[in-house]
Amino acid sequence: MKFLILSLLALSSFTVHSTPEGDSQALRDFYQQQFPSIAFSEYADGVYAFDADSKAAWLAINEFPPYEFSLEIGKTLFNRPFSNKAQYADCFPNKGIAIAQLYPYWDETKQSIITLASAINDCRLKNKLPALAYESDEITYLMAYMADTSRGLLINTRLPESALSAYERGKAYFYQRRGQLNFSCASCHIDNAGKFIRSEILSPALGHTTHWPAYRLKTGKLGSLHTRFKVCNRLIRAKVHKAQSTELRELEFFLSYLSNGLPMNGPSIRK
Amino acid sequence: MANRSTIKIRSKHFPDYTLVRTLIAHTMETGRNKNQDTKALIPAHFIQTLSFKHNDKVMSECHMGFGISKNPYFSFKIKQANPGDKITISWKDNLGFSDSKDHIIQ
Repeated sequence: MKFLILSLLALSSFTVHSTPEGDSQALRDFYQQQFPSIAFSEYADGVYAFDADSKAAWLAINEFPPYEFSLEIGKTLFNRPFSNKAQYADCFPNKGIAIAQLYPYWDETKQSIITLASAINDCRLKNKLPALAYESDEITYLMAYMADTSRGLLINTRLPESALSAYERGKAYFYQRRGQLNFSCASCHIDNAGKFIRSEILSPALGHTTHWPAYRLKTGKLGSLHTRFKVCNRLIRAKVHKAQSTELRELEFFLSYLSNGLPMNGPSIRK
Repeated sequence: MANRSTIKIRSKHFPDYTLVRTLIAHTMETGRNKNQDTKALIPAHFIQTLSFKHNDKVMSECHMGFGISKNPYFSFKIKQANPGDKITISWKDNLGFSDSKDHIIQ
């Protein structure tokens, strides 16, 4: 009888969790249970929410962040008119200011996910300019400037009915084990979040999309979320999908939905 | 980027000192890096002297080599600084380029 009740409970919790709202709530409850001392908004700081010493060092660097020169270049690039006198600002709602928290979103007409990077390139194509390479400095600086204008605003990823299959594929990608090491994203960022992997702390999946582009002290420059996805896949010796490929966009969409309600704090600094 | 200053300066008061921080945009090439496409050595290009002046009086002159990082960051502590004091930071590199910037302590 006990077994029956337990299995019924497990079954009912499974059905509840299979909706996106359920996924999101289950993830929050899970972290809340694992790390009761960490408040929800602190997940925007990634691993720095877990270790006071690293956080102190991180805050010290943040007082005079090394990405400031890149941010200035981004602002100049953003405001420079194209040859046809149009600007990036003309392609975006609210002139491109304080809108980064709305990306990625599901485009009903195109039936695809639009990320900030792809929106920038769509804007260039519309104005008869060549698209930028997705991991080039130029597009990263532009994204850094746009993210900076959204600092402090809460992530707001909407999930219409027609986007559900893309969300489910993103979720499947996140939980799918792959590569020679047979890891899934969840192996590190859910099962072992907050624990050490050698000398580094594994970040929780909640808050993964808040702080991009990030200046990595390792590379000494700003890099995008998709660059980081690629590094993750390389580290687990799996197939490395291209930046802004459908797989990675769906993953970004899924993670961004989970991080709804967290404040944007990009560009940021990460080890 | 010729018209943009390569130096950023910020100052902050603490109970017994004033902290002046500076970030300098510079490639700081060692001379041993290779161009990834042509495999040719990139010529050395680094800051040799960095001078730090407080009200036009030289407080510190740093003689630097190629071991300093790209876009270097320095901070200086001044014991006695008053609002309105002028801080001047300037650098000169091995190829003869230089830059200078003034900062007024608030």
